[in-house]
Amino acid sequence: MAFELNGNTYETDEEGYLVNLGDWSEDVAGFLAQQEKIDLTQNHWEVVNFLREYYNDYQIAPAVRVLTKAIGKKLGADKGNSKYLYELFPYGPAKQACKIAGLPKPTGCI
Amino acid sequence: MAVVEFETPRLKEYPVIPILQAGAMAHSQPFAAAAPIQKALGFPGELVEDWQEQAIAKMGELLGKYRSLKVYLDTCVHCGACSDKCHYFLGTGDPKNMPVARQDLMRKVYRRYFTFTGKYFPKLVGAEDLTREVLAEWYTYFNQCSECRRCSVFCPYGIDTAEITMAAREIMDSIGMGQKYSNEIIGKVHKIGNNLGLPGPALEDTLAGLEEDIKDATGADVKLPLDVQGAEVMLVTPSADFFSEPHVESLIGYAKVFHQAGISWTLSSHASEAGNFGLFIGNYEQMRSISMRVREAALELGVRRIAVGECGHAWRVAYSFWNTLIGPFDFLDQNYPVPQHICEVTYDLIRRGALTLDKAANDHRIVTFHDSCNVARGSSMGNMPRGQFIIPREIIRACVNNFHDMAPESIYESTFCCGGGGGLLTDDLIELRVKGALPRMEALKQVVDEHGVNFMATICAICKAQFGKVLPYYKFDMDMVGGVHQLVSSAIRLGAKQ
Repeated sequence: MAFELNGNTYETDEEGYLVNLGDWSEDVAGFLAQQEKIDLTQNHWEVVNFLREYYNDYQIAPAVRVLTKAIGKKLGADKGNSKYLYELFPYGPAKQACKIAGLPKPTGCI
Repeated sequence: MAVVEFETPRLKEYPVIPILQAGAMAHSQPFAAAAPIQKALGFPGELVEDWQEQAIAKMGELLGKYRSLKVYLDTCVHCGACSDKCHYFLGTGDPKNMPVARQDLMRKVYRRYFTFTGKYFPKLVGAEDLTREVLAEWYTYFNQCSECRRCSVFCPYGIDTAEITMAAREIMDSIGMGQKYSNEIIGKVHKIGNNLGLPGPALEDTLAGLEEDIKDATGADVKLPLDVQGAEVMLVTPSADFFSEPHVESLIGYAKVFHQAGISWTLSSHASEAGNFGLFIGNYEQMRSISMRVREAALELGVRRIAVGECGHAWRVAYSFWNTLIGPFDFLDQNYPVPQHICEVTYDLIRRGALTLDKAANDHRIVTFHDSCNVARGSSMGNMPRGQFIIPREIIRACVNNFHDMAPESIYESTFCCGGGGGLLTDDLIELRVKGALPRMEALKQVVDEHGVNFMATICAICKAQFGKVLPYYKFDMDMVGGVHQLVSSAIRLGAKQ
């Protein structure tokens, strides 16, 4: 599967996750978010950027606890919880935010 | 996520057998495993040319290897006792989700190629060729069975339907028709070490973060040790325990139990997964090679005991199959169960008075317990009859003041699957998962209405993830589900025993 954006073609898997991590750009993130019916705000970007940084260091998306803690430190304790993340990414921060961040989908019993 | 249009079933006042809706779930199929995923497991990348011949040959091989399969295919008398016992049938009304009908998709092929009457008088005995259409139905409906074995409890002949589903999936894998979710995960276990694909350094970082969290919350230096040589206990737990909510709360609970009991323990980066999806795809070699990591890690670390965390099918594999898959365990301490469930560890400590539990810490919770299918129907605990039902409940009762069981026909050996077991916990099957959860949701609603239950404890990572996802479809809060050791974690008093 694939989609086109600004004259470029991007390959995705069946669920719309980018196949090549190098294809990601802020425009691509905007497109992927649109597919998920999400308007990217500064708050979304904080999460997306953290996911990408963490992935860069560890080759996996952060555990939910790691993510909530990091966001709490950055944006205040009231935002360091899964409820806040679910408000931003209703289908679940792990899966939906990863897709927008251009990361592979976490798998397993999650 | 792609929006899947379907209607969430209505919760009825009492369970009724649904009106049949032929073909209601004929459209439901999981994504097929792409060639690289298949090849990594030694399966063909796509449907092989002579698929029919190879499938029949594989079926013959399995019939020769597993006498049980032949017995199950031969003995069914179509009495119908199983027909209304499957949660997927009850939730979808699709008659092909009656266990007998699902089995017959294979039985009719078996009869055609492996029985005298089927070979010469196929019409008389309902024997059919393995056509492309039949194969497509196999892929559809053998991926709508969670191998939970509830139907087997009610079968007067004791037919293990899950074994038939496993055989069907094994045959399909062997001709190149694998399912993406399970097979991708198995590949990750071999490549990275766990279902999640969590590499060692990420695991280390995650555990360090959790130690900080526990310190902040309790002031105690509770450790989550990794790869500690010579530890007494090695804990093998589903990798979801490292990653997800509410799973991680139970991991913290295990750590507190070991800490408070003064037992040296360790996790292993080599065996960082308790789950074993080899079981789900019915592949013995995969089951064995996934399990082997546990033996290797235990020997390498020189531990004396192996404990298994809250994971339903992992416990079935460990309890029922490890001995022949990766035994003998003569290097472990024989004074303890080999292997030992984390609930057995905790229950034993509670009985010996080694833990101080403050039930009032859970007073905001009114608790019920969901028996997970693989624990309930595929294992035991505590070396006593029905221990797998008694021990988790005894732990809960030691940790909470308010506990209420759900309806008797929905617990113990009659428990309903969460709707996401057996390799079906994937977004591409969300409709099936939501509908399959109906019987459990009805039983839950009853105790919610009657007793104000607000927490459903369970000891399976799949159940936790599945309920977290589907509870909101039925207007329940996703936080209602959690682990038994999550309750232990809240109740346990750390520090010097008073």
